[in-house]
Amino acid sequence: MRDLLLFQPDVVSALARGLWVSIQLIIPSSLFGIVIGVFVGAMRVYGNTAVKKIGDAYVLIFRGFPLVVQLFIWYFGLPYIGIYLTPFVAAVIGFSLCSGAYHSEYVRGAFLSVKTGQMLAAQALGFSRIKTILFVTLPQAFRRALPGCGNEIIYLIKYSSLAYMITCIELTGEGKIIASDTFRYTEAFMVIGAVYLVLTSAAAWMLRRLENRLHIPGFEQYG
Amino acid sequence: MADTIPILRIEHMTKRYADKEVLKDASLSIDKGELKVLIGPSGGGKSTLLQCINFLIKPDRGRIWLDGREIVRTKGKDLYEYRQKVGMIFQDFNLFDHLTALNNVQIGLVRVKGMHGSEAKERAVRELERVGLRDYMDQYPAELSGGQKQRVSIARALAMDPEIMLLDEPTSALDPELISEVLDVIRALRADGMTMIMSTHQIGFASELADELLFLEDGIIAETGPPAKILYAAESARTREFCSKITELYGSSST
Repeated sequence: MRDLLLFQPDVVSALARGLWVSIQLIIPSSLFGIVIGVFVGAMRVYGNTAVKKIGDAYVLIFRGFPLVVQLFIWYFGLPYIGIYLTPFVAAVIGFSLCSGAYHSEYVRGAFLSVKTGQMLAAQALGFSRIKTILFVTLPQAFRRALPGCGNEIIYLIKYSSLAYMITCIELTGEGKIIASDTFRYTEAFMVIGAVYLVLTSAAAWMLRRLENRLHIPGFEQYG
Repeated sequence: MADTIPILRIEHMTKRYADKEVLKDASLSIDKGELKVLIGPSGGGKSTLLQCINFLIKPDRGRIWLDGREIVRTKGKDLYEYRQKVGMIFQDFNLFDHLTALNNVQIGLVRVKGMHGSEAKERAVRELERVGLRDYMDQYPAELSGGQKQRVSIARALAMDPEIMLLDEPTSALDPELISEVLDVIRALRADGMTMIMSTHQIGFASELADELLFLEDGIIAETGPPAKILYAAESARTREFCSKITELYGSSST
């Protein structure tokens, strides 16, 4: 038993260090991603033609490019035009923008599902367009988008492992170092995988709680 | 009071969609405290006319005066202020699904009128009381019946202190036994002196309470007059035909 990787102090501290970096990547990226997603989703539903096109183009590119390629561009590409990002900042930017593109799809669908009559009613009361979106459609759309957005956050937790490709050594990066130092690949990556499983399970639990907290009669989620 | 100005006057209102003119040169004026009822077949332009009055639909042509002042700027702040003075009730209620009955009534006071929370709440409770729904203020729309939803939507409009109310077939989406509770509220508003333009098929209710009926067909206000004249002695054969059909269907359900 004592021979297991998991019980060696230097391995544990390396994993803890990696986990901490991962969490620091995941939390801001998921928050920025949601904000971008709501903003772009609203642009794509309520904007004029030009604004819609900009939103569509953003989604096309950031959903279409492989995430690793996006990270390489942020980290290795930008220095060519004189912009130097730290690995951490490059990863957060890359994750947020990619995640935001996916979120915007869920948010867009949710905005479209709010009955147009409610917009008319708000306008008839004297609401401006912005206020109508902010106080009438967004609170409803957010609730309807939540299950989809939660799914995207779970994905984000896992694709945050790509950060080590641009030398931001997080959980997977530490795992790879341990594995190549010890040559115990299976064991090392099983442990890493299990830690991600714990992270995604915790996120799923928190998202479910949030859904329940925001629950309103008439907004039942099925499935 | 011989030369009072009408509270609302519209002239030459016209709206065209692609190849169809849905509203042709409609004009009307209404004095304070009057109830005018639009009747006519579906698709005849009743909804379009009502929605043009508060610019939910932008008319192609036409002028509007409220309290003798012409509404010139139909954008931005001026538009939002004008709409507060013109309450609107929809066929499908259009309550905000994520808000309780109380918050449905309160939100306009807080977000549009900028009222403080507690003051707005007091006002909202009063308006719900007025439509007999004080006990339902914490219910969400999904938990209310159609008649209750429509009464909440009336309370929501009243809270904004409108000078005139537009009611677009307020009972058409309701089960027959829920119609009377909404009509009772409208009857009480009439007694309180609220100025209203209402489209409806409830001809019995209209003949009992309206000052004037307007028969609207193919986007044209074809005939106007007191209920007795329009219903029983209309000039055009088409108006007579429509009125006799609708009296047969809805005539007896006025209470």
